[in-house]
Amino acid sequence: MKKSIITVVGKDTVGIIAKVCTYLAQNNINILDISQTIVSGYFNMMMIVDATAAGKQTGKVADELVALGEEIGVQIKMQQEDIFNSMHRI
Amino acid sequence: MINIFEVNETNKMIEQENLDVRTITLGISLLDCIDSDLDRLNKNIYTKITTLAKNLVSTGNEIEKEFGIPIVNKRISVTPIALIGGSACKEPGDFVTIAKTLDQVAKEVGVNFIGGYSALVSKGMTKADENLIKSIPKALSVTERVCSSVNVGSTKTGLNMDAVKLMGEIVLKTAEYTKEADSLGCAKLVVFCNAPDDNPFMAGAFHGVTEADAIINVGVSGPGVVRTALTKVRDANFEVLCETIKKTAFKVTRVGQLVAREASKRMGIPFGIVDLSLAPTPAIGDSVADILQEIGLERVGAPGTTAALALLNDQVKKGGVMASSYVGGLSGAFIPVSEDQGMIDAVTAGALTIEKLEAMTCVCSVGLDMIAIPGNTNASTIAGIIADEAAIGMINQKTTAVRVIPVIGKGVGETVEFGGLLGYAPIMPVNNFSCEAFVNRGGRIPAPIHSFKN
Repeated sequence: MKKSIITVVGKDTVGIIAKVCTYLAQNNINILDISQTIVSGYFNMMMIVDATAAGKQTGKVADELVALGEEIGVQIKMQQEDIFNSMHRI
Repeated sequence: MINIFEVNETNKMIEQENLDVRTITLGISLLDCIDSDLDRLNKNIYTKITTLAKNLVSTGNEIEKEFGIPIVNKRISVTPIALIGGSACKEPGDFVTIAKTLDQVAKEVGVNFIGGYSALVSKGMTKADENLIKSIPKALSVTERVCSSVNVGSTKTGLNMDAVKLMGEIVLKTAEYTKEADSLGCAKLVVFCNAPDDNPFMAGAFHGVTEADAIINVGVSGPGVVRTALTKVRDANFEVLCETIKKTAFKVTRVGQLVAREASKRMGIPFGIVDLSLAPTPAIGDSVADILQEIGLERVGAPGTTAALALLNDQVKKGGVMASSYVGGLSGAFIPVSEDQGMIDAVTAGALTIEKLEAMTCVCSVGLDMIAIPGNTNASTIAGIIADEAAIGMINQKTTAVRVIPVIGKGVGETVEFGGLLGYAPIMPVNNFSCEAFVNRGGRIPAPIHSFKN
């Protein structure tokens, strides 16, 4: 299983999680963990997901999430978990 | 499991502090392309590089997207061409045809530079070495993406002063041949002492003969990340300062190691080394000079600069070495003038001179890099600058290099614009007292006593 990290950062508004989750469900991407905070009005969410069963390539999913973010007015990024593990775990 | 703060820290480095992988460089051996027929040789080179490198750019782009880390350059280094063209090239013009082939290949596979139009002449020159060196001005003026380097000395062999003298003339001639473009050719020409076989950074990259058939080397960067980390420890002592640099260098290098492994796996080409370098760009905040100022200097060049750079360079290595399984190349802090806004500002403010830069090269990873000098500088003076820098490398058992640009038609006080990653530079004054009699002696400077370790 290859885990990816999705981060969503932007101004808080109604339905951010709903829209992101709908996209993930449609693409058969399983959410393993969600954590979320609001720092001075800014929405900050991290999801750990498993995209193994997604029909699309990781790069394509990442692109579509960026586009979805633009639609909602937040910044969405999807990155493979390895980059964070490399940097923060020995 | 990874937490939100760690994820945010990484992404802040990428988005706000210019963390990137500076280059994935594919090293390719051309030894099996050698042929005595020039046309066949060119064809062999073309076929080998296009075959091995066809996926280099797309693989880099894929990794960039999947991990969310910018990979700024994808490049190629090849075996020093003086060795490859030896039997087919009878005169300098023959070597130029190989340069054109390399340029064409670089354009076709989509890399922005190809390095290895090189000769290794630290002890002596073969006829082929001499022909290649003499072809450099023409080769760099008729190509766009070819980079050239010449190794004129080493701790083991001493300095080849005939080659040093010749390179003084060649640098000036390259400037002349490319004077319409502000002598840009010289930005693609490096003169080395103790050149490493596995350097991924241009313009000095070549694929050494001790290397495998093909290899992936990665150069990391991140001066902005180090500087930001240091803003949080402004009043701390040296222990805390050094620890902070070390930890940051570790994190930056781990990303490089990941990208190198990933690129190697996807292309089916072995991983060579990660080069742990702080490589600045003209972008605001991506400056090694800014780190030195953050350490406590008003401007780079002030007393204390050499010490600050020495500790920076050492801590970067200490942090990086544990983060990667194989470290190589130049590894350290780069101090190019034109590619670093903080350096440019220091020169403009009158804080930084060539002499101080020379002192700084004793303690960092490279040498006099991307320095614009007046176009009327004598060839023997340039040779003298090369000899000084090479002597520092030879005696201190380290790599040193000279990449100076005598800008034809321009003098001190004027500015030259190279564009892109190469940046712009104020023209710096050079000490014009003659060293002609010294340079003209001919022959070699013997290897230093501490090279005899057998």
